[in-house]
Amino acid sequence: MKNLSEWSLGGRNVGAVVSWFLVGGDLYTGYTFIAIPALMYSSGALGFYALPYCILIYPLLFVVFPKLWQVAKNHGYVTGPEYVRGRFGNRWLALAIGLTGIIATMPYIALQLVSTQVLFGALGWTGSGTLAYLPLVISFLALAAFSYQSGLRASALIAVVKGVLVYSAVIGAVIAIPLKLGGYGAIFSKIGAKVILAAPTAHNLGQFSAYGTLAMGSAIALYLYPHAITGLLSSASNKIIKRNAVTLHAFNLLLAFLAFLGLMAVVGGVGSDPAFASGFKTFGSSFAVPAVLMKFLPDWFTGFAFAGIAVGCLVPAAIMAIGSANIIARDVVTPFASWKSEAQEARWARAFSVLMVLGGLAFVIGIPMKEVVNFQLLGGIWICQTAPAVFLSLYMRKYLTGWGVLLGWLVGMTVGTWMVVDNAFASSVFTLPFFGTMIPSYIALAALIPNVIVALVTSPLFRGAQAGKDETLATDYVTPQAAA
Amino acid sequence: MDKHPAGTRATLTWLLIIPVVAVVVPYFYNFYAPTLGGFPFFYWYQIAWVFLTAGLTWFLLRRGD
Repeated sequence: MKNLSEWSLGGRNVGAVVSWFLVGGDLYTGYTFIAIPALMYSSGALGFYALPYCILIYPLLFVVFPKLWQVAKNHGYVTGPEYVRGRFGNRWLALAIGLTGIIATMPYIALQLVSTQVLFGALGWTGSGTLAYLPLVISFLALAAFSYQSGLRASALIAVVKGVLVYSAVIGAVIAIPLKLGGYGAIFSKIGAKVILAAPTAHNLGQFSAYGTLAMGSAIALYLYPHAITGLLSSASNKIIKRNAVTLHAFNLLLAFLAFLGLMAVVGGVGSDPAFASGFKTFGSSFAVPAVLMKFLPDWFTGFAFAGIAVGCLVPAAIMAIGSANIIARDVVTPFASWKSEAQEARWARAFSVLMVLGGLAFVIGIPMKEVVNFQLLGGIWICQTAPAVFLSLYMRKYLTGWGVLLGWLVGMTVGTWMVVDNAFASSVFTLPFFGTMIPSYIALAALIPNVIVALVTSPLFRGAQAGKDETLATDYVTPQAAA
Repeated sequence: MDKHPAGTRATLTWLLIIPVVAVVVPYFYNFYAPTLGGFPFFYWYQIAWVFLTAGLTWFLLRRGD
């Protein structure tokens, strides 16, 4: 590998069709395949927040990313934090944003590994002690070798395989299983009250505000993750990004029907089926998808679907490892020490990607696997606090200053973490009192509000320190209009 | 989107606020009836917004926004 952008961004030259598969395969992860149906299985309609969440990500993609892509291309930026360093000329802010990305990605990689572990469990792997982790270690080795060796280009090709496998498996499953359960109408009518959200009471918005804020906060958080930025910056043009903002909606239909698998698991009675008792005991509601597939579909099809889900978990995990490795190389090391050559930087970044996968593995083994979704949501709370530095900075070019944004970040991280601790790590939704009305809100969004306020209020105080530090130009942010 | 040289139309990108409001406020759609092909309103309304949002974005893309 000649240099970092070659290994990690495919030379910034991924064409329209492959980019569609790559970004889709990058954004829809083990969380989509296992955790969301699991949440539908255990909580009903609330789990469907994933759909509004993923509807919102495309308007955001359409508006924000062509700008970020253009400025990154003009200046050769490979990561989000690197753009932040160029834009604000403040390496401490860039370091804070970079470390937030790495720390938030670790549990996200762990989530992918946990999801594959559930599949191995379903296939009857019931070892105990260290032996229980054997399949996981094997997936880990495959993943680490994969991202180390081939970088983003290989991930892009495997993403095409993932797309084909997952689409065929899901379409087959969501047609075949309802046929055995009396059709969709019968399924929804048997769910009970949880088929829609619980209505708010006079003094508590309950699931309504939780649903809306989870969708909005998750949408803002998504593109701040290193793997999302890596996947998008690899596109060959910002026209491709805009077109993807239309066509990637196809993955949302997939997502909606995957979520329904959780309801099919409820109606299909997998929870009371003795055949799956040990699976549910070990993996909790995450076992819903494997169980419903195994109960209602022939073995050959289940095997095919499992393979699709496993590949579906490894593709984003590989890109997460690559994206975080870029951050370590470009934003943690480079500003404080220098590389001898571009080749040396690329070599080290590849080693860092293995380190990231190891971190994810340590996470899985060290933390009890209860609610898989909560892992991802906790990371989401932190990553969301980088939104002013990465997104708002694309717009308020004259106003925001590096130190102001750093102060906002500090406040957001503190408030968000405090709310999680106050919830005893049990939930990512915090109940905010507002003039006598209780408003349960996704912490990522609740903490972003003081973050933005502090950034806006304190930014003017650092005008002097900011002067002349922005290496980007006004013209970097203008994307070709109409001419497209 | 920052600049509109003389002769170009103003951007309509702000229209994208519509799907945002439509899908994050459950007051609009947290109902079982009317069902469509067995799907409760809650679900088919949100699935419909997948198509509506894609359509709106496509319109903006064609327009050159």
